Amino acid sequence: MMSDLINFDFIHSRYLFSMLPYTLAALDLDFSKIADNIPFILWGVPVTLSFSIASVLCGFPLAILLAIFKISGIKPLRWFADFYTSLFRGTPLLLQLSLIYFATPQLIGYSIPPFQAAVLAFSLNSAAYSSETIRGGILAVDKGQREAAMTLGVSYPLMMWDLILPQAFKNILPALVNETIALLKDSSLVSTIGALDLMRRGTVVASEKYVYFEPLIVVGFVYYVLVMSLTWAAQRFERRMRRSD
Amino acid sequence: MIKTEFLCKSFGKLDVLKDISTEIQKGEVVAIIGPSGGGKSTFLRCLNLLEFPTRGRVYIDNVDITTKNIDIKKVRQNMGMVFQHFNLFPHKTVLQNVTYGPIKVKKMSKAEADKLGLDLLAKVGLAEKSDAYPSRLSGGQKQRVAIARALAMQPEIMLFDEPTSALDPEMVKEVLEVMKGLANSGMTMAIVTHEMGFAREVANRILFLEGGRLAEDAPPDVFFTNPKSDRACQFLEKVL
Repeated sequence: MMSDLINFDFIHSRYLFSMLPYTLAALDLDFSKIADNIPFILWGVPVTLSFSIASVLCGFPLAILLAIFKISGIKPLRWFADFYTSLFRGTPLLLQLSLIYFATPQLIGYSIPPFQAAVLAFSLNSAAYSSETIRGGILAVDKGQREAAMTLGVSYPLMMWDLILPQAFKNILPALVNETIALLKDSSLVSTIGALDLMRRGTVVASEKYVYFEPLIVVGFVYYVLVMSLTWAAQRFERRMRRSD
Repeated sequence: MIKTEFLCKSFGKLDVLKDISTEIQKGEVVAIIGPSGGGKSTFLRCLNLLEFPTRGRVYIDNVDITTKNIDIKKVRQNMGMVFQHFNLFPHKTVLQNVTYGPIKVKKMSKAEADKLGLDLLAKVGLAEKSDAYPSRLSGGQKQRVAIARALAMQPEIMLFDEPTSALDPEMVKEVLEVMKGLANSGMTMAIVTHEMGFAREVANRILFLEGGRLAEDAPPDVFFTNPKSDRACQFLEKVL
């Protein structure tokens, strides 16, 4: 009985594999159909990048601030930072984006542009995640470093900025790169609030030409290239940071 | 120059220091010795408030530094400290380690600080390593850089917390030589150490801490030849 089953599977898979070329041909892939739309899709690159870069630039300082709140001796600051993190980690990013974009006009009568809404949502959200990473990085720096700084009479802000954070960042760089990559890809959520980013352009072309596979594959490929470039740049940066090892 | 009155420190239920009262005069070199867990390091760390005393007072130049309105950063600038594990800044070069305090805390110009730093590095025999990162140095070299870094703040007091305990045996001497030179130059020093020969040769006074109490306070020749307390006798029997 058992051998029958295995035998069946074997024959079945043989059949599937032998059919593969025919199946692919039957898909009727034709990238030339969207050739004239490729520039339109590629113009999504600066859009996606500007959303991502602006969000990283706003989110990162906020993350450092939250991390410092979390390790501070002042309890209300700690409570605030912990609550903040729980809120932004505990709800979907898409919900946060929709709330900011659709609810802001209702609440304060300001019809917030997609760019502002998205950068606000992404930076607030990524700060919640990164602040935990940064907190871990700060705590992992040997406490002797702090003591050495204290005995030189260095003030707390200067000690953090010059001595503790640079060492913390060196160690958490891979994790921060992860978070930046996640943000770059999550920026595709702006397609839901009407911004013409890479993702949105892919679907626009798809509905215009009634083909889905080709434009979405192109979009996927462009995301992949963006992420690979980011990874490559981060690796170079990390190597530079590790000079002192 | 340094005076403690009924200094007590507890960590939770553990009383690490019990009523230590003593005084260190300007230019004096005091070695603090005793068994592990006797409170030596804690005592030293209370002198610059790296540990805040549970009770008692610490006076530096007749100023009680345990009161609230003291700017401890200012006090610490005048008290260099050298740690067992060096605690050099790994992302800064040797020279940057030494000049960091003068430039950032004392607001010295970079040129002036570099000159001072290179001078001090030459004094500890490491001028040629000024551009190296700490990871490239041996333990003894690291500790000598750490001494230069502390001296760069031009302190009047130097605290040493087991400066040779983390070193390979053959590197102990180079560090002790630097410290000896410093002692001969008239620096006020408090040194927690297990180097009995060094303590005997360089220190003016020995503080023997045991079980959190100051069990003995005597000049080295008296302490090493004729200790009063039984505990000190036992200790010396084991280490000498």
